[in-house]
Parts: sequence; structure tokens; C-alpha cells
Amino acid sequence: MDMNEIKEIFFQECEEQLAELESGLLKLNDGDRDPETVNAVFRAVHSIKGGAGAFGLDDLVSFAHVFETTLDCVRSNRLEPNQDVLKVMLRSADVLADLTNAARDGGNVDEARSRQLIKELEALANGEMPQPAPEPAKAAPIAQVAPAPAANDDGFQPVAFSFEDFEAAEPPTIEPSTYEIVFRPKSELYAKGNDATLLLRDLSRLGEMSIRCDMDRLPALDEMNPEAAYFSWKISLKTDKGEEAIRSVFEFAEWDCELDVTLASGDASDAGQELPMQPVPFDLSLLDEGAPAQAEAIEDDEQIVSQQHDLRDAAVSTAANASNVLKMAQTAARAPVENAKASPASAAQAAGQQAASAATPTIRVDLDRVDRLINLVGELVINQAMLSQSVIENDTNGTSSINMGLEELQQLTREIQDSVMAIRAQPVKPVFQRMSRIVREIADMTGKSVRLVTEGENTEVDKTVIDKLAEPLTHMIRNAVDHGLETPEKRVAAGKNPEGTVRLTAKHRSGRIVIELADDGAGINREKVRQKAIDNDLIAADANLSDEEIDNLIFHAGFSTADKISDISGRGVGMDVVKRSIQALGGRINIQSKPGQGSVFTMSLPLTLAVLDGMVVTVANQTLVVPLTAIVETLQPEASAIHSFGATQRLISIRNSFCPLLDVGRILNFRATQANPVEGVALLVESEGGGQRALMVDAIQGQRQVVIKSLEANYTHVPGIAAATILGDGRVALILDVDAIVAASRGQALKPEMTLAATG
Amino acid sequence: MTYAAKTLTNGGRELIAFRVGDQEFCVNIMSVREIRGWTPATPMPHAPSYMLGVINLRGAVLPIIDFSARLGMKPAEPTARHVIIVAQVGSQVVGLLVDAVSDILTVSQADIQPTPEIASEVERNFARGVLAIEGRMICLVELDTVFPYDEREAA
Amino acid sequence: MKKRVLTVDDSRTIRNMLLVTLNNAGFETIQAEDGVEGLEVLESANPDVIVTDINMPRLDGFGFIEGVRKNDRYRAVPILVLTTESDAEKKNRARQAGATGWIVKPFDPTKLIDAIERVTA
Repeated sequence: MDMNEIKEIFFQECEEQLAELESGLLKLNDGDRDPETVNAVFRAVHSIKGGAGAFGLDDLVSFAHVFETTLDCVRSNRLEPNQDVLKVMLRSADVLADLTNAARDGGNVDEARSRQLIKELEALANGEMPQPAPEPAKAAPIAQVAPAPAANDDGFQPVAFSFEDFEAAEPPTIEPSTYEIVFRPKSELYAKGNDATLLLRDLSRLGEMSIRCDMDRLPALDEMNPEAAYFSWKISLKTDKGEEAIRSVFEFAEWDCELDVTLASGDASDAGQELPMQPVPFDLSLLDEGAPAQAEAIEDDEQIVSQQHDLRDAAVSTAANASNVLKMAQTAARAPVENAKASPASAAQAAGQQAASAATPTIRVDLDRVDRLINLVGELVINQAMLSQSVIENDTNGTSSINMGLEELQQLTREIQDSVMAIRAQPVKPVFQRMSRIVREIADMTGKSVRLVTEGENTEVDKTVIDKLAEPLTHMIRNAVDHGLETPEKRVAAGKNPEGTVRLTAKHRSGRIVIELADDGAGINREKVRQKAIDNDLIAADANLSDEEIDNLIFHAGFSTADKISDISGRGVGMDVVKRSIQALGGRINIQSKPGQGSVFTMSLPLTLAVLDGMVVTVANQTLVVPLTAIVETLQPEASAIHSFGATQRLISIRNSFCPLLDVGRILNFRATQANPVEGVALLVESEGGGQRALMVDAIQGQRQVVIKSLEANYTHVPGIAAATILGDGRVALILDVDAIVAASRGQALKPEMTLAATG
Repeated sequence: MTYAAKTLTNGGRELIAFRVGDQEFCVNIMSVREIRGWTPATPMPHAPSYMLGVINLRGAVLPIIDFSARLGMKPAEPTARHVIIVAQVGSQVVGLLVDAVSDILTVSQADIQPTPEIASEVERNFARGVLAIEGRMICLVELDTVFPYDEREAA
Repeated sequence: MKKRVLTVDDSRTIRNMLLVTLNNAGFETIQAEDGVEGLEVLESANPDVIVTDINMPRLDGFGFIEGVRKNDRYRAVPILVLTTESDAEKKNRARQAGATGWIVKPFDPTKLIDAIERVTA
């Protein structure tokens, strides 16, 4: 693993933390006051800051720092997270997300916005009220804000922390001087895992050193506390690193020892002699040699402690002048540790790994690997189908064991396929979470007060579908807030809650995912829509349309009911784009609207884009697959039901209504002349505007699930063709893009058809 | 010279030569993935006439070009004796229907003569030069220009 | 024998950085994601030194250090605390809980290894 990979992990983690942050803030917004929620929110920002610091992402660090400081006020109950405070925090979360994206992908962030939010966050931390919200807010509870915490007020600069500064600050080479150092550890020093020996070792690295150990305070054996510190050291050090360097050696120990550093006046070698203590010469060179842990080399007469292991234990147990006591104390102090170490390293390692794996029940897998697996399983399915077909063709005797084996194989492959597909299934949650930000932004822009309620966030669908869902959903949400919901004044006038509600729901229904977007706004203004459609030449002035048909007019290209193209839902695209992208996913969308009560958009999408249930048909000797979801019913046209209309159009009457008959073979240019409808089969399909069309094909071969193959990978998009698949005979079959076929047949002829459909 | 041929260490390069009608062409061996026999292709709607359709190449959808028709010559009438040269062109893999593969040539840059000026625009577009080998004339083909699948072309 | 370092940090990013840094420096690294897991793996990890974060779910660094210090077998193991900034208050709390020393994030590999070398033989 290199730094780039870790950085990638960091950004993945950021995404998770940002989601955590947002959902935590939203919970707080809903009145959740669980300290763990606040902690989780704090930790999310804290983590982002920590990682960002490691990669020198200064913008991200400084914003996260201010955000974290304010969150810390909430965490320590110095700031009440009321709705106004949370509004600032949610916007800050958005900016944090922007900064993260900018750090990953480059690009710019709205600096004015982040500066503004930094100000607002600092104001909150300093106990100031947030700016009054731009919307006509309900009387917000007064923020209970405590004075600014001292810790955040000490002029501490947001992290951008550089070790280089430290190093540069180190005094350059100083003339070597001799320092007298008295180091007297307290017992706490050992209790916290520091070790006098190691400190002395580090000290010795600074220059020439001589040490004497002072054992004066060593009590009688029966009074000794085995864990107390009785020794101190007097050190004479000749170094050119300066006093700071000496003190920094004791950085971790400064609270737990007495330390006295003075510049020696006389000769270093004399200094030791003058000490009024029993000096213990001290050989540090052995420290680096990893001597065996045996406490033998005690020279009683001279009381020289000559091994590092002994020194440490001597310092703790103080029994330096009695080797047997020392050994005893040593045994007591380190036996448990040694025992633990005696166990084979490999076993301990295995146990450690086990413990680690128990804590992570999920694995992260490269999407590429999953896709490769899915492709291979797709091959398997095709191969299995090909094998079945050739066995059936060649084995007229119907050897039952082969057939049974094949059936089992078929079942197995189907199961493998389902399991593999399930790997790619992901909850829609991330997309839903993104929508709450969109809602906030548009609410701010339009001065509307909006509450987003999400349901079924854990509904799972193929990752590809999720990825492609965000854009149309974003557009629809914008549309719902911008066009669907009324202003607070209008809502109050209509006797509604000034705060509008947008409800986003996901659920599974008959093998598809259904996503509903409901608003409690004014509903579709049908008169306006109708007028607009007439003005835009979409329908005839006297067209007689059902409510449903009028509502669905908003999905037509270039249709926009907003009087001005607003910055929000405008952007030059309309609901037709939404509809097309949903259809491109093999989905459909429709709208139900009740005047005064709001609108509900319902999208139904396939759970996966890798396979599809299709009807295999023949058209002009070619095999085509028609997505089953598009087909309403199939019928065998009677000659009497076919009516010519104009030069080329034909209609089929179905239960007394007339439906345009489309010759797929002609539209795809597979044949030069029109087929005879009576010799073929008509597939009744649903199309835009709620109307139906009959697609004429020559024959139906059957239904089957097919693996979707991209045409674009090696070729290019073909109008009227959604994708390709490979059938049991090993040949490529094209999958029909029903809506494109219908659209192609219509050309610009929407007007007469709509009229006809309505009068028919 | 944009031709991205991998040159051999001795300064030469390997080419695969093939026959279409009574003419010989060659392409850089580095761009050839495999050579396989003809299987019936599934026609594509609204495709140019030289686009024979698509076939299944171990699970991938492979478009097949009638090389003869692509060059404005007589469209092929594919039989089992025809072969498909599967070649990598950019990020895509495509099949080239030809009559037969005739040779593998090792040539040096110096062997490649510039395309004669009498050639028509069509030929000049796909030809990167000509080779004289044992009295034969072999045209070096630039595959990028034979498979120009950008959006505009397909529309 | 390689020195064994137990790292406790809830951030995947930091965990990975620690892992890479420590492994490159020749340590054997055992990782836990929070204080609770840190205490759980303590016995099997049998570390020579511990590096822990402070802000963590379930059990924070302070609680973790106290837990280690209560364990007779590991109470003398050096513990280094990762702090995001040189926050005196946090450092003090960590010390009171029994931390041996600290490493200021964003750490650079040299500083991390230096700090570990300082507290281990």
C-alpha cells in the first residue's frame, strides 16, 4: 500500500464520515439529544480533520477545525443545538463535503461561502446567535449559548501543523557546553510506562556523558516499596545541542520527575567528584546491545549497575546492592510479561489476526472484480443455455439423466447469478442522503421552508442503478421544491403548515424498485399546463385530454411551467430529461397530482442493469428481445381490426379504442415494405403520455431472462436499440428500445396522435 | 506519422497481410487480437452498408466490417472460407471480414513507401503506405480510419 | 525479535498510515478500531508499545489507557497518544490516565518512529 492508496481510502472514509455527519445532524434537528449522536457527529468532523492533516489538505483542515470547535461546544453542552444552530451546521457539512470533493478532484469551492460559514461557526462558538434565517421562520427557540470556552479561545491556530517549523526552530549548532543535570524520577514515571534507562540513553545520544547514580534515599529492605522510585541521577553532559534538546528528551516525563539542568561552571570531569553521594558509574553502551535478560552482572563492591535490564528493575525495585533481592523483585515484576512473551509469536499473531477479523464482518472489494465476476457468470448463463439448446437439438431420444443434469445446471447457474447480482446491490441511502442537501439549498434559494422525509433508505438496488439515479432524482427534488411547494405565505393562506414536506420513499415491488417522490404542494395547475402545451404547439387547442394525460404533458421536451426559467430547476432541462434518463435505466415514471394537495412522482426501475426479462420475437428473420416490462399485452390482430389512416399510418382497434400500429421491421429498416399485420403478432406497449402503441412483430419465440451486453463498448449507440444480448444459439440478438421506437414513429406527429388517442 | 506501430528491436516491424479480392493489404500485428472463421452476424439497424452486423466473441459484442465494402469495392458475400481479423482499435475491439490471411511480414521502416499520389481520397485516408514484396504490392492499412465510430458517424 | 505495536484508532486512514509506517520501520503491527477492541486484543497482541487515538466510539483513548494500566500484565507497557493538536488539556488528561507520551497528528513517519524508539528499549 502506498500513500496514494491511503489517500483514496481517506476519501472513501470522508464520504462515510460526511454521511454520518449529515445523518447525525438531521437526527439532532429532529430533536434527538443522545450524547452519542453528538459524539458521532463530532468524531466525523474530527476524523476528516485528522486525515486531511496527514495529507496536508490545509483548506479542509482549517474548516474542519472551526467546525469541530463549534461542535465541541455542543458536545460539552455549552451550545444548544436548536434549529438555527443546526441550519448553520448542516450548511457547514455541505461546505465540508465540497471541500472534500475539491481536495479529491480538484476544482474550486465557493470560498465566500466557506468564509461566511467559518464566521458563523465562530460566532456560535463565541456564544453569538446565528443570523436570522432568511425564510419566514417559525419562532425559533432562543439559543442557549454559554460563553466561549477558554480552550477554543486561546488563539490556537487551526492545525496546518508542520514539523519542519519545529526543526527549523531548533537552535543551530551551539558551541559544545557541559551541562549538569539532576534527574530525579517519581514513581509515576514508571507507572506510566516511562523508563529512566531509556531517558538516560536518549540523553547520552546528545553528547559525551558521565552519570552517577544517587542511592541515598534507598530505604532499608523491609521498608522498601517495590514500585517506588528511590534513585536519582546526576549527569554531566557535554553537548552542542543546547538546553532545549536536553529538556525535550524529558518531554514525556516532565511532570513525573524533578529535572534540573544547569550550565556547568568548571570542568565536567570534576563535577562528579564533588557530589555528596555514592556515585555509581553507569555504562550506557550496553543499552544498545540487547543483552540477555539475566541479572547477574552485579558487582556488589562497586555497586555498578551494568545492564540496562537491571537498571530498570533496580530503579523500580531499588534492590541494587543485593543481587538475590534484585532477582526476586525482578521475577515479581516481569514474570507475567515474560510468560506472555514465551508463547510462540506465531500463535499470538494468529490470535491477533483472529481478533481483528472478528471485528470486521464486511470486506471491501474493488468494483472491477465484482463486475468481472458478473460478466463471467453472464457467460456461464449463456453457455448453459447454449448447451441446453444443443443437447435438446441433438438428443432426440431425450436421455433423461442428461436432461436432469442440465436442469440442475440451469438452476445452479440461475442461483449463482442471483447471488452475484446481490453483491452489487446497495442501499439507496447515500443517494437519499444527498437529496437532503439539495432540498436545503433550494429551500434557501427560494425562501421556502421544506422538510425532507425519507423512507426505505435501506432498500437495495444494483449499484449502477443507484449511481444513475442521483441525477434524475436531484432534478425532480429541485422541481418539487421549486414548482411543487408554495411559498410559506401561500401555504398559510391555504390553511397549510408553512413548512412544506417532500417525502422520498423507496420500496421493492414485484422485482423492481419503486421510488416515490411526494410533495404536499399545490399540485399541478392543469389549466396552466394545458395552455402551455397549446402555446407550445404540443396539443391542439380543442384537444380533449384526461387529467392524467395533462399531468403527463410535463414530461414532454421543452415543457416548463415556471414563468421564468429559474436558476433552480431550470438549467435548461425539463422533466423530459428526467423521463429519458429513467427510461434509459429501463424504468418508467408517472405522476399523480391532486390540486391543492400535491403531486406524487412514481418511478419504477429494474433492480439490476445486468439482466432483463425479455420476450424473444422475430422480425424480418431477425431475433429481437423486447423488455417484458414494456409489454402490456400481446394479441393476434384480426384483419377487421386493422384500419389504414392516411398514406402510411395504420391503427388497430382494441376494445373499441384505436391504437397506432408500428411496424418494427420498417422502423428498424429491416425490410423495405410493410408487413401484413394479420400474419404477425401485435405487442401492446405503454408509451409516453399514457397512450399505448401496438408494435408489430412476425412471431413470438418465448420469454427468457437475458444478460445485457453493451453495444457501446465496441460499437456505438444505435437508435431504437437499447443493448444486445447473446441467445442460446450463441448469436447476438438486439434488445429493442421500445420508447425510442415509439418516439421514432411519432416524429413530430405528437399533436394528431394525442388528439386521436384522446378521442378514440 | 501517427501510426503507433511497435517496432521490433532490429528496427523492423511485423505485419499481417491479407487478401481482399485480388488486392493485398496489411496491418500491424500488434493490433491483431486473433483471426477466426466467419459466423453469421446479426445485422444492425441504420448501419452503413459495410457494417455487416455484430457477432458474439466469447461474450462480447463484436462489430464486423466488410473490408472490401468499406474501401468502396465490391461487397463481400461471406462464406465459411472468409476470415475475420479481430483487431484492437483504440479502446474498442472490432472484426474485419477479409477473404484470407496471406502472410506475416517483417519489414523495416525503409521498406514502406509513401502512398502514391494517384490514389483517390478514400485510399489515401486509410493507406499509410505501400510495400513492395516479391513483386507484389501490399497496402499498409491504418485501422483507425477504417473504424471511425464516433457519434457523428453513427448518427 | 520484532517489536510489537498495538495501534488503536477508529479512522481507517490513520490506521493504514500507521500500518504502513510501522511495518516499513520493521515493527509488527496489530490494529484495533476503538478502545473496546483495543482491550479485547490486548492479550493476544501482547504489545511492546501501544499507540492510541483519543476520540473513538464505544471507548475513547482515556478509558482505553486506564483499562491497560489496570491490567497487571500490561500496566508498564508504554502508551503513546495520538493527538490532533498540541492541546495541553488533552495531553494532561491523557497523562493522568497513564499515557507515556504523545504524538502530534498529522504525524510524519520519522516522528512516530522516534517517539516509539524513545519509550522502548
